[in-house]
Amino acid sequence: MDLVTLSRLQFAVTIMFHFIFVPLTLGLSILTAYMETRYVRTGDETYLKMAKFWGKLFLINFALGVVTGITMEFQFGMNWAEYSRYVGDIFGAPLAIEATVAFFLESVFIGLWIFGWNKVSKKVHAFAIWMVAIATNLSALWILLANGWMQHPVGFVLRNDRAEMIDFLALVTNPNGLLKFAHQVLSGYTVAAFFVMGVSAWHLLRNNETDFFKRSFRMAATFGLVSAILVALFGDFSAVEVATNQPAKFASMESVWETKHGVGLNLLLLPDPQNECNSVEGLCVPKAVSLLAFHTPNAEIKGLKDFPPELRPPLLPVFLSFRLMVGLGSYFILAALLAVLLSRWGKIENQTLFLKVMLYSIPLPYIANQLGWVVAEVGRQPWIVYGVLKTSDAVSKSVSMGQVVGSLVGFTLLYGFLGAVDIYLLIKFARKGPDNDISTMIRPRGQEA
Amino acid sequence: MEYQILWFILWGVLWAVYFMLDGFVMGAGMLHNFLGSNDGEKRVMINTIGPVWEGNEVWLVTAGGVTFAAFPTTYALMFSAMYTALFLLLCALIIRGVSYEFRSKEEWPWWKSCWDYAIMFGNFFPALLFGVAFGNIFAGLPIDATGFHGSILTLLNPYGLLTGALFVLLFLVHGALYLTVKTTGDLSLRANVIANRLWPVLLIVAVTFLVATQYATKLYGNYLATPLLLIIPVLAVASLLGIRVLSAQGKPLAALAASSLTILMVVGTGVAGLFPNMIPSNIDPAYSLTIVNSSSSLYTLKIMTVVAAIFVPIVICYKIWIYRIFRAPVRVEDVLADKHAY
Repeated sequence: MDLVTLSRLQFAVTIMFHFIFVPLTLGLSILTAYMETRYVRTGDETYLKMAKFWGKLFLINFALGVVTGITMEFQFGMNWAEYSRYVGDIFGAPLAIEATVAFFLESVFIGLWIFGWNKVSKKVHAFAIWMVAIATNLSALWILLANGWMQHPVGFVLRNDRAEMIDFLALVTNPNGLLKFAHQVLSGYTVAAFFVMGVSAWHLLRNNETDFFKRSFRMAATFGLVSAILVALFGDFSAVEVATNQPAKFASMESVWETKHGVGLNLLLLPDPQNECNSVEGLCVPKAVSLLAFHTPNAEIKGLKDFPPELRPPLLPVFLSFRLMVGLGSYFILAALLAVLLSRWGKIENQTLFLKVMLYSIPLPYIANQLGWVVAEVGRQPWIVYGVLKTSDAVSKSVSMGQVVGSLVGFTLLYGFLGAVDIYLLIKFARKGPDNDISTMIRPRGQEA
Repeated sequence: MEYQILWFILWGVLWAVYFMLDGFVMGAGMLHNFLGSNDGEKRVMINTIGPVWEGNEVWLVTAGGVTFAAFPTTYALMFSAMYTALFLLLCALIIRGVSYEFRSKEEWPWWKSCWDYAIMFGNFFPALLFGVAFGNIFAGLPIDATGFHGSILTLLNPYGLLTGALFVLLFLVHGALYLTVKTTGDLSLRANVIANRLWPVLLIVAVTFLVATQYATKLYGNYLATPLLLIIPVLAVASLLGIRVLSAQGKPLAALAASSLTILMVVGTGVAGLFPNMIPSNIDPAYSLTIVNSSSSLYTLKIMTVVAAIFVPIVICYKIWIYRIFRAPVRVEDVLADKHAY
């Protein structure tokens, strides 16, 4: 393995690990904030218990998401010094803005929320978790604008041996970044919705706190259905954007080799990258790929053969991840729809089979999130900044193989260990259920029992 | 050039404020096992820093982000040159962060004891490594036209280690004073005793540092050229002496203010001495990274200035608000009464 591969591997390990925790944070912060708001509005103590219970799981998850985020910011300089030097003028700004505008807000108000139960009024306390929820989502916006620039660089000029920003407005209105932001935060909401439904299902299967978990389940089901539908919608907009600006990535996602008009979508497809063709093609939906790519049935799709082999991304990971992600996305819409119907108009606690399915569905949105990351980032190869800078030219020159091997092994072991502890604690507290001893609950001032 | 100077000053201020705020977290963390004689006391100490440590750590993220956005060439060289040190730093900060969350989640004594050690080491190593890193920035790195030539061993030179020791002691005294103010009764008294006992050691290391700086760095050049700047090191020394005086008079809050000022001025002394360099080359000054040859374009700096002018005051306002909400000291009774607290 060479330095570039090792550095990429480390970036993949650290970001994918970071991204186990971020999606749940994005969605569960909103759900917790909503629960607490309901408590403030109605005075119904079940909502307070809900905010406390789901909030505790939120915090166990949040801890690891926050601390592993710092690694990401440092790694650009540590492993990708040439990249940082070359594009820092335009890429650094969104990261610095993210810290100033969003991360401060999130970290300061999470402290108030955790430790402020008996220090501030219940309205201010609910305000704190809303600030956290808004700030996490705002964080995602700036990070995805930064990533959007790597996918579809805009608002810059090559000058002084580097990329210099000339149009900040273009950077913040980059359709790639904005669409990915919507697609991404909504995927996070889907993760949170399936997490809450899955944990609730576990308790409902045991007739445990039925009212509490039925309400949680119902709330998450609605949230999940809306999110899952919108994820697909923004995914579709994203695909059009990719087809327009990153045709090689799009051709890999759909495994299209020949440039043609009105390309059909083969439901059965097995690519054969060695021979530059597909070894199995079947169940073709006519013109579907063209329709997905440009929303016109006869649009021309540029095939992979039109790109020199060294400018094509690795086909199989992109193709398979995309297929699987889309498949999972469709399943989420279906499952969330059933969940809404059964929890609103049926006796969800008696639907044993469905509850079991929902319990085992918890990991699926997580997997879909990771697959989406593979499609976006592996699909951009061999470029680190599409069409501007190659990944192989971006790595730090003064860092040795030994250093990267050491840090890669170190991060993997540390993350593996902490991840295991975190998941153990999440499961432990998820199973424990809500705390019913109201007297030990420190409550907002002026609300003494 | 005005914008580069502005961002150089902001860069220095961000690091200084970060060390002032996270300094007491690191200090309190390093003292965790020495001061906390039982679980209740340890929980009190965690609860004194619990509401604020994450917000404090964001100053580091912002300092890093600003280095990247305003001085990308410096960011690229600094972070890749200090690769292994930063890797260790990240591990320590990660362990420290999760320790506060995980410690309270099981009642087993071995579990709590493990996370107690994690808190101690997770706060000690960042303090030491930040000191080593800044000592090396002050002294300069082996940089030529092709970049950095060295390893972690290059960084572990006597001056780097001395600066590391200075940071550790500064933060220990700072953290002990913070705990004196933020706790009550016996714990507060013992924290104050530790602050007073460590202070002479800090003084010796600080004086050694000031002398060694003359030989290991070129920081004093700016002070000879512009004597007005001397106000920064003079304030550093005065506030360092003030810590002892105020603490002896039984004014821990004022002593904490003095230790905060000491940290700001020590970092300020180094940064003002660096100007206009960001990382001096100890091979040939011609290769030094300066605020001119390593900065972003004027356009980017202007955009960043607008963002900072709007949002930094807002951040400062809500941070002060939060510190005011949590201004009361944490008592053992409060923590023991709430079994859900950290």
